[in-house]
Formats: sequence, structure tokens, C-alpha cells
Amino acid sequence: MIRIANAQGFWGDSLEAPLDQLRGGPIDYLTLDYLAEVTMSILQKQFSRDPQAGYARDFVQMIERGAKEIVTRGVKVVANAGGVNPETCAAATAASLKRAGYAGRLKIGIVTGDNIINQLQDLTSRGIELRNMDTGEPLSAILPRVRSANAYLGAFPIAEALGKGANIVITGRCSDIALSLGPEIHEFGWKPDDWNLLAAGAVGGHVIECGAQASGGNCQVDWENIPDLADIGYPILEAERDGRFAITKHPGTGGRVTVAGVTEQLVYEIGDPRAYIAPDVIADFTSIQLQQAGQDRVQFWGIQGRAPTDFYKVSISYTAGFKAVGTMTYGWPDAYKKARAADRILRARLDRLGLKFDALHTEFVGANACHGEALSGEPSPDLAEVTLRVGVRGQDAAPIERFTRELAPLALNGPPVVTYPSGGKPKVEEIVAYWPALIPKKEVIAKVTIVEA
Amino acid sequence: MARVQLREIAHARSGDKGDASNIGLIALKPEHYAVLVSQVTAERVKHHFRELCHGEVTRYELPNLHALNFLLQKTLDGGGTVSLRTDAQGKTLSAALLRMEVDI
Repeated sequence: MIRIANAQGFWGDSLEAPLDQLRGGPIDYLTLDYLAEVTMSILQKQFSRDPQAGYARDFVQMIERGAKEIVTRGVKVVANAGGVNPETCAAATAASLKRAGYAGRLKIGIVTGDNIINQLQDLTSRGIELRNMDTGEPLSAILPRVRSANAYLGAFPIAEALGKGANIVITGRCSDIALSLGPEIHEFGWKPDDWNLLAAGAVGGHVIECGAQASGGNCQVDWENIPDLADIGYPILEAERDGRFAITKHPGTGGRVTVAGVTEQLVYEIGDPRAYIAPDVIADFTSIQLQQAGQDRVQFWGIQGRAPTDFYKVSISYTAGFKAVGTMTYGWPDAYKKARAADRILRARLDRLGLKFDALHTEFVGANACHGEALSGEPSPDLAEVTLRVGVRGQDAAPIERFTRELAPLALNGPPVVTYPSGGKPKVEEIVAYWPALIPKKEVIAKVTIVEA
Repeated sequence: MARVQLREIAHARSGDKGDASNIGLIALKPEHYAVLVSQVTAERVKHHFRELCHGEVTRYELPNLHALNFLLQKTLDGGGTVSLRTDAQGKTLSAALLRMEVDI
């Protein structure tokens, strides 16, 4: 049995969770998922300004703080912290180990090959169209606006790095579930056609990939009584060679591991449950068997899988115009009525200015912003306050910029009992949109490099 | 027979896949799964979210988990970084579905 602890569900997740996972009890592997769909575009932008940037700096600091446990207890670390610059991330990681007094003790494995930004021209000219999986459009429509392009690699390169002695594996874009499946392949010798085993690994990876969402965080069932969320324990996957596994957490930590909470995570961000498509396997979520097996422990078995597809998913980001969102908060009485009136006035002024937007969107936060008017019902006239939130989107920055000057004046020349954020006018943001596509696997060559730290 | 909101017999979690929202709906007790299957149809969910969802709704069954998964296309105003919504990733739509009424 091996114990794989996840401590990062996205870049921006708890800075303390990795240390808590290292110090809270025995673990064999620590996994950290830093890359959301748009993170790569931010990193690519940083890299284009500074060739020494483009990776998750949080990771390097974490290694320095956790170096003692990682080195003295032999915990292996697998993270997609490399972003668009895994080599530099590895060098910075080696430097942080040295600063912590552990130079020359560890090997770092680097997985590259996911970054295909420099191959796009060649690929599209050879008829590999990288059509948008949602809209069907070929990539050529937006090629000059592409900011980043990365294939989601599978788990075997991670296993290869571990097999070559890596204590820390740093990848660029790989499938989230590969971070824990890689160690399982390495430890148990699972083969590329062990589909049921790989599917079990994929399901276990899916449960822990969003961190504490599997251990009592964001859980709807009995949420008020889930103990000590302030000290929530992140999930630990206890994996067996035969594909059975349990989800648990360190003893003495807050949160709760139950069938209910784990099932919420199982159905999170999936499509067809019979075909959960990972790079190395297709898992059938309708085959999953699970039960409570003691306090804070859920046991899984019976998972089935089948051969993967001949494609990797590719995450491409591209610039897609500009947007700005601003708010004004109206107070009791008749807060909703006032916010509505302010919205009508604002729209009349935008009309008079002749400003054109691709989208102009109004919400009334506190009244119905999340679920919409139809489901939320008529807001009470006694609401303490309602926040008018207006957003615009368009291809040109100029009308968006002009829009940002029209909110604050409402404080003096619109409905009464109003306050607004001290920052003044809203910020204009460039939109970086997401383009999901498929690429034949033979076009992507994963590469594993080992460096001494 | 009683008419109740889904929140009395189910829980849910939702997230995004581009401009689509996924809502997993799970029976609190195994015996309520049949109620979900018979009454929470793709058509009803599409009607329930008529203000937000401008695309197709597909329903998938997971009898082993006593759960249904709904995929709502064109629901997040472009999704992710494009969307102007407070809930650009559809995280609260799970609870919005639990407002639906069923007979038990």
C-alpha cells in the first residue's frame, strides 16, 4: 500500500496544506496541482516577458519550507508546477533545497514535451486543424491570437522519472489525475493495458485532485456540523496494487471523509460517466463501488476501464477582447428598486454615448445574481442592501474604458443611499479565452530528464 | 404523496466545462434515487434553467452512486474568463437545481 497525499487543488489553494500533509502523519507521495485551464496563459505571458519566469513560484517556496520532511522522511513530490518553463522551475527548486541546507541529496525529474506552442504553424499546415471541441471551428481562425498551447500528458512519463530515481517530479501540463496515477504505475508496475487498474488510479486521482473538496470542504451534506474546517485535513489516497483504494485524511485534522462528500467530488466536472477520458485510460464511473469503512475513511473497489483514445486533449489559450465589471451598492429601504433604477439610468447613458458592446450584463447581488430572477423570486423591499453589478465585453478596449467612467457618477447623480468601492473606476481586463482541442498522440513526444539537486 | 424541494432528498455539486455547466445530483437515501430518475428529467432541468441555459441539457445515470449527472450546454455566458457573471463557473447552480420540486 502507498499513501498519496494531495495538498493543492489549484494555484491559489492553501499555502499551508502541503506542510500539513508532510507533517501530519506518514505519507509516501505529496502531489500538487497548480494548473487550471487559464493558468498556462498567465504563465506563458510571464515567460514572454522574462525567460526565467513561467512556472508556479509557490511550489519553490513550499519546497524550501518542507525540505526537511521531504529529505529526511523520503517523501516524494509530484507537481505540475513547471508551467511553461519546467527546467527553470527545477533549477529554482534545486536552489531552494540548497538554501534549506540539503544540497546534493535529491534528484529532480523533469517532464516536458507538452508545450506545443512552437509547433502550431507546422501542425495546422499539415492538416491537423485542432478544431475547438465545443464549437467545431478550426484553430486557424484564431492562430495569431494564441497565447499558450499545451497537451495534457499522461502518467507514464511521471512513472518513468520516478523509475530513474527522481525524488521530486516537475511537469508542465499533464492530466490532473496523472500526478497520483504516475506514482501508482511506478510502485505497482501497472502496464499500459492494465485498464481496470489504470481506471482505478484515474478515479482515485479524480477524488483527490481538488484537494479538500474530498474531505469536507464545499460539502452540502450537514455542512454546519463538519468539524473544524479551520484545520481541515486534505485528502490522502491509500492505493493497493490490485486497484482497490481508500480515501482518508490525517488523524486529528478537521473536515470529514464520507461517502456523501466523496460522491459530490466524483460527480464534479465530469461529462458522460461511462467514458471519463484520461490520457492513459477511459474509466467507467458507473462501475465504481464504495462504502464507508470507518471514521473518515471511504473504501473503493470494482472499477472498470478500457483502452484510451488515440488523442491527447490540448489546452489552448488565446486573446479574445476586453471586459470590465463594476459595482454600486444600494442600501435599505427599497435597495433592489434603487439598484434597478440605477441600471436603467446607466444603460440610457451608455446608449446616448453610442457605445457598442458584444455583451452588457447586469446582476443584482444579494437579490438574484447567482440563480437568476426566475428561480430566486421577487426580492424583499426590506433587503438591507443590494449590489448592482454591471459588466461589459467587446473586441475593442476603447468603449470598455469609456464604460468604466459611467459608474461612479451615479453616486451623485442617480438614486439615493448608495456607496461604491474605494478603488473608483473598474479595471479593463484583456480576456484570455480557452480553446479545447484534440491532437493525435503521435504528434506529442514526452521527454523525461533527471537532474541532481 | 408530498411535494418537496429536491434539497429535502438530494444534494449536489456543480462546476464548469468551458461554457457548459455540469451538475451532479445525488440522492440522500438510496430509495430516493428512483424519484430523481423518474421526475428530474433533462426536459424539466432545461425548463428550470431557462433563464441561464441556452443550449441542450443531457442527463446521465449513475445508479451505483444513486446519482444523476446533468450537462447544460451554453450556460455560463462563455464560461471561465469570458463570462461576465458573478458565478462564471456555475458553482452555485447545484443549489439552484435543488430548488426544483418533486412528489414523494
